[in-house]
Amino acid sequence: MAWLILQRLGLGVITLVLVSMLVFTGTEILPGDVAAAILGQNATPESLAALRQELGLDSGPVARYLAWASGILHGDLGQSLANRQPVGELLWPRFGNTMALAGYAAVIAVPLAVGLGISSAALRGSFFDRAANVVALATVSLPEYFLGLLLILFVSVQWGLLPSLADTWSGMGLAAWLQATTLPMLVLVLVTVAQIMRMTRTTVLAVMDQPFIETACLKGLPMGRVVLVHAVPNALGPTINVVAFNLTYLIAGVVLVETIFNYNGLGRFMVDAVSKRDVPMVQAAAMVFAAVHVVMNMLADIAAIALNPRLRHPRVKES
Amino acid sequence: MNHGQPSQIGRRGLLAGAAGLSALALFPGRLSAQDTPRRGGVLRMGLGGGSTTDDFDLRKLNDWVPVNQAYMVMNGLVEIDAENIARPELFESWETGEGAGEWLFRVRQGITFHNGKTLTADDIVYSLNLHRGDSSSAARSIAAAFSDVRKVSQHEVRITLTSGNADLPYVLSDYHFLVVPEGFTDWTNPIGTGPFVPESIEPGVRARFRRNPDYWKPGCANVDTVEVIVINDIAARTNALMSGQVQVINNLDLKTVDLLARNRNLEIVRSKGGQHYTFLMDCTKAPFSDANVRLAVKHAVDRELLLKTALLGNGALGNDHPIPSSDRFFNSELPQRPYDPDKARFHLRQAGLEGLTLTLHSSDAAFPGAVDAAAIYRTTAAPAGIEVAIQREPADGYWDNVWMKAPFCMSYWGGRPTADQMLTIAYASGSAQNDTHWASADFDRLLTEARALLDDSRRREIYWELQRMIHDDGGAMIPMFGDYLDAVSVKVKGVTPHPMFNLMGARMAEKVWLD
Repeated sequence: MAWLILQRLGLGVITLVLVSMLVFTGTEILPGDVAAAILGQNATPESLAALRQELGLDSGPVARYLAWASGILHGDLGQSLANRQPVGELLWPRFGNTMALAGYAAVIAVPLAVGLGISSAALRGSFFDRAANVVALATVSLPEYFLGLLLILFVSVQWGLLPSLADTWSGMGLAAWLQATTLPMLVLVLVTVAQIMRMTRTTVLAVMDQPFIETACLKGLPMGRVVLVHAVPNALGPTINVVAFNLTYLIAGVVLVETIFNYNGLGRFMVDAVSKRDVPMVQAAAMVFAAVHVVMNMLADIAAIALNPRLRHPRVKES
Repeated sequence: MNHGQPSQIGRRGLLAGAAGLSALALFPGRLSAQDTPRRGGVLRMGLGGGSTTDDFDLRKLNDWVPVNQAYMVMNGLVEIDAENIARPELFESWETGEGAGEWLFRVRQGITFHNGKTLTADDIVYSLNLHRGDSSSAARSIAAAFSDVRKVSQHEVRITLTSGNADLPYVLSDYHFLVVPEGFTDWTNPIGTGPFVPESIEPGVRARFRRNPDYWKPGCANVDTVEVIVINDIAARTNALMSGQVQVINNLDLKTVDLLARNRNLEIVRSKGGQHYTFLMDCTKAPFSDANVRLAVKHAVDRELLLKTALLGNGALGNDHPIPSSDRFFNSELPQRPYDPDKARFHLRQAGLEGLTLTLHSSDAAFPGAVDAAAIYRTTAAPAGIEVAIQREPADGYWDNVWMKAPFCMSYWGGRPTADQMLTIAYASGSAQNDTHWASADFDRLLTEARALLDDSRRREIYWELQRMIHDDGGAMIPMFGDYLDAVSVKVKGVTPHPMFNLMGARMAEKVWLD
């Protein structure tokens, strides 16, 4: 098992190196550079040249890539080109914000979705099963910006219940924070619940058709016990995978939600950095997103291994 | 709302010491008895145009949030009021002699910075020098006209110009020319003489400013606290205003202006400034090197339609020159150029052409709605025998790769405080930003002559002629001027439109109060 985990780690590191090269090349190909973005239409050849030199943009791309890559290995994400602030100082608090919102949404969404999935599997074909499926599919089919705007229109503009801006700052109380972030949390919950729920339902149902479940039923065990103790543990592997996939989305895919609610997270930060051509900030944000993907996938794999006896104790040969 | 016609205060009177024009002059005509500013409250502004990397570096000020915040913390040298007149700010008065090549400015006395330092001529010389010489300042080309900036005494500064400019006070109203203490370089923790002191600043996210209890400008700094929340997304900004989380937003979505106007808790603030949209023809490249082709292009646009559809009526017609009707040197007798496909055909024939095929480079970077505007132009130009192909360009790098390079492209200009500045930056043959590459020796000569004149009637004559020259011969087709649009809650009082920029010329926080 340790070997499997090490293998996953190694693959993750290689993925990150490749991503860093792709990101760097991508930012190089973008038309325009940071000096032009800072000065905009006010740029004159002289002020552009002066600023480019000031920012060190006159050295070659390979040299800049190597300098940045070696910095990142030492934990230094570099400096913002536009204002010379260390990128880490700007980035980590926002990453924290994104994680906080993702955590808030996950705490609600995952138990809700898994619970709904198990219940609708247990009550297959019932009204509850159908209703839960229809509602979940409806919410996942609506794009998140549309859901967000709908919620804002009713919940904050018409009824005035919750603020439309997820306006947060360090040092605000938990109650205020929860109030500010509940609307974006709701949107995230609505778009993630369906997939987890349906995957849970499908895998639980697949297990329910197995002979050992029939045996359990025939032994006269109550239905609840059959589902929770006998079926669910065997259905956990695929469910954990889809949960991990959705958690990754909650962290790395929330650009639109952060924009609609003006939430100060990493997605908005990256959009900002791209529009300013601030290469170190774009790269750092992209690397963090890539790392989230790699780590989440790795955790899902490890969890699947840990929960699956056949992977946990691989048979060396058929006996 | 009419701030169009500037009052006829003589330029001489203005030049010879404007100190007498005190507080009342800063609010011309808008204050009545029940309109007395009230102290207190929290002004919450939801502004677009901010970024994580913003700071207060005066050389780089460019976007709405940093400019507005800079005006909260700092003061300018000269202020343009709602009637488009230069008023004293940290420069208390000024005088110049014949030729307007040398200017003496008196520094307002008894002003202190937030750190307790007293304002002197040294601070002003330092602040101006930030933009001079080998600087990366966006105002470098403006400051290049100052051949010498010298302290005469603790309270006097002399500015010598490379060539005379009667509009120097207007030039000094540029938002880059704000004042920091001598030697100041900590651009993330700004210090100024302005109405508010920063309490916390998180660039691109939010900032909080506390009232400066010792603020010197009468009737100003009324609210206790200003909160700026950066909201770059227009829908989020509008929602924040609708749900009452902020009281002020800038740069409205043209499509929702009418809907917002119906809300009785809100007020739309329409600032008619010099912002205009241009179709640029490179006069050095065929076919635009022929003046007849340029005239054909200018006659082939239905300006009314363009204004109605691309700007949804939020603007004014342009007459192929860059001077807005709010400018005191606006040529009001130049006939508005109509949409006339026959005339366009006539000019094409004059150029020896039967038809014309053009590629118009367009992008929404040029201005919001520019791609739609290009499509409308294609439709209205077809009956004139001009076939327009639209080349859509990415917004990224538009100013770098397309503007000033493509022979026919779209662009915009923000307003400038003086006709001279607008004409110089975009039409003088020596300017680095002459984006039509148009060159006329007569134009250059008259422009230089008018700049140094202190006689307003002669200057008006020249500026009228210069507008006519650009209108007839220049490479810019200018179909329309666009309004700046803000929306405020009715609880915010003392709000006026401004002839330069929106948000009261970026000084809204200083001036308004809460009901």
